[in-house]
Amino acid sequence: MAINLANAGRTYPPTAPYSVGREAVRAFALAVGARHPAHHDVTAAHALGHRDVVATPTFAVVVAQRAEAQLIEDPEAGIDFSRVVHAEERFTYTRPILAGDELVTVLHVDSIVERAGLAMVTTRCEISDEDGEPVASVVSTLAVRGEEA
Amino acid sequence: MSRPVLAELEVGQSIGSLAVGLDRTSLVRYAGASGDLNPIHWNDRFAAEVGLPGVIAHGMLTMGAAVELVTQWAQDPAAVVSYGVRFTRPVPVPDPGLATLEVSGVVGAVDLEAGTARVDLTVTVEGVRVLGRSQATVRL
Repeated sequence: MAINLANAGRTYPPTAPYSVGREAVRAFALAVGARHPAHHDVTAAHALGHRDVVATPTFAVVVAQRAEAQLIEDPEAGIDFSRVVHAEERFTYTRPILAGDELVTVLHVDSIVERAGLAMVTTRCEISDEDGEPVASVVSTLAVRGEEA
Repeated sequence: MSRPVLAELEVGQSIGSLAVGLDRTSLVRYAGASGDLNPIHWNDRFAAEVGLPGVIAHGMLTMGAAVELVTQWAQDPAAVVSYGVRFTRPVPVPDPGLATLEVSGVVGAVDLEAGTARVDLTVTVEGVRVLGRSQATVRL
């Protein structure tokens, strides 16, 4: 199945809230080898002025990939996940993600560009908190190999 | 060690280095913590079927492990306000054994007005770069 170029420019509906749990923040920090006490210990996070433990700089991917699944799993989009390679990723934070946050994500398909047998699919996840205030933006580019590549 | 002071930073100066060993357990731990259960990161048979030399690390694990150098240098987990990479080479993780990420960083730019510095990271495995354009902006 071919990539549906008509999906470029599409915006998906907001996701159900992702509840950021302390243990999820700790488990992710452990998995990437992040040792700063503020990722793990509430008292250390308080000492730096944070309400609760602080997620590591790439934690937003956990939130974003749930939103990105809307595109990957959309039969209309025509993306065969076994042909996908992650090409680029960028995080931009308005504020750090903290345990206790309830995060809602809006997925935008910014562009789909075909070149040399590859389709480059760039998505942008705008993540905001329960008050609708922006938290982070996650831009991800997937390279999808064509059928004959 | 005290926190870096923006006005004292010089473009090109080193922020240090970090070596991160990844084994298969690291990949399974990251899969669980991140929810990325793609079998190319834990199943040799599947990896071979899709044309890979074997199980490879999640690009996002490499990205996440590399930025730890920046957090350690800034001494504040909330200091990183943006971070982007290109995934240029896969990182095969042997069984048994380790793939070792060698991470180093330099100050790439200083913006006194914005109160930020850009750190340019170099991430290699056995001398080969696995991330490209790996840059983090840090508020100091």
